[in-house]
Amino acid sequence: MFSTDFSASDLQFMLAGAWVTLRLTLWAMLIGTLSGALFGLLRATLPRATLPLGWLLDVFRSVPLLIQFVLFNSFNSIAGINWTPFAIGCLVLGIYCASYCTEVIRGGVLAVPLNVIRAARSLGLSYLQTLRYIVLPMAARVSFPGWVNVSLGVLKDTSLVLWIGIIELLRASQSIVTRIQEPILVLCIAGAMYYVMSWGMAALGCRVEQGWQEHD
Amino acid sequence: MDFDYSFRWNVAFKALPDMLAGSWNTVETAVMSMVFGVLIALALTAMHSAPQAVLRGIAATWVSVARNTPALFQIYMLYFGLGALDIHLSSWFALVAGITFNNAGYLAENFRGGLKAIPHTQVRAARSLGLSSFQAYRLIVVPQLLRIVFYPMTNQMVWAILMTSLGVVVGLNDDLTGVTQAYNVLTFRTFEFFAIAAVLYYLIAKGVILLARLLAWRLFRY
Repeated sequence: MFSTDFSASDLQFMLAGAWVTLRLTLWAMLIGTLSGALFGLLRATLPRATLPLGWLLDVFRSVPLLIQFVLFNSFNSIAGINWTPFAIGCLVLGIYCASYCTEVIRGGVLAVPLNVIRAARSLGLSYLQTLRYIVLPMAARVSFPGWVNVSLGVLKDTSLVLWIGIIELLRASQSIVTRIQEPILVLCIAGAMYYVMSWGMAALGCRVEQGWQEHD
Repeated sequence: MDFDYSFRWNVAFKALPDMLAGSWNTVETAVMSMVFGVLIALALTAMHSAPQAVLRGIAATWVSVARNTPALFQIYMLYFGLGALDIHLSSWFALVAGITFNNAGYLAENFRGGLKAIPHTQVRAARSLGLSSFQAYRLIVVPQLLRIVFYPMTNQMVWAILMTSLGVVVGLNDDLTGVTQAYNVLTFRTFEFFAIAAVLYYLIAKGVILLARLLAWRLFRY
């Protein structure tokens, strides 16, 4: 009664797609977190001077990711930079992620009470030491849940790279659908994979968060 | 790096009236998905604390599927998935339904958080004043809830605007991205057209935030 043309190699193809999705997420989060931490710190400590940076990052949050991909991709060919689509995908997602991480980390840094910083300074710590041993550890705890949310968002937004021709999970399942014409089954498998990846990342984040709370 | 491309902005600017018409469709689509999204989210929030396990299960499944899978996947599921069951939705309808599904999931989670700020004793007080449980929810809980979650809702509205750009992937051609893509296919002036589209999206997003500020100023004076 129930028969399907979905084969083991199709599943393998989709798993390879899922691996591309994960790699994109990891690269984007790496770029986004590092630059987001720097920008967030700057935005929190020098709010006036870095206002233009805030506006610039806001642009990446107000323009659809799909359009950002197309723009970067066409700029890539116009300027003859010749990056691979994968590199462009990582870069665009990374900048997008940085714009969100900046806000998250800025919020975390601003959540550190001024009195704590004053206390650290009056104990004789230098400005950089205060930043390194007092502000950043406290800010990290406050911003961690927001950071996990950003990474979950990026994981889902990687699906948009199919528009610039990267074969990730959704594109892989679409090409299988085109061949075997069983969209519900294939898309459900893809959905389950996304669900598991999101759920795994969320669970991991939850555990780290709980581990940190033990020391409070 | 060799740069021998000449920009032709005048070609792109000729398409501006069509793109503005597309922007209007984009806004309409997003507003529609938001209105239905809020209504469904309110229902899901109520279902979340319902005594029936089935209702709780439906609400929990909806929220977790909407939040843990990409919006594009949800639109695909409605467009291609239902197509296989001989339910052929237009790409516009699949887009609206997909974004509504997504919005409802995210908003329900926001509402659930906001609900914690409303003391349960208020519902009991309302009930003891003779309001039915639906009346208490509609007249006492929802107005306060909407006030608490107003800013997350503004964010969600901006996301809804940005999500409408996904319609082009299932073949929608009359929203902003769709119109842009149609011109792009005709002229291959990709960068020019999409740069203008990006500016228009930015302006729409800022317009939404400005409007929300004005609305908040008008609504929450007391």
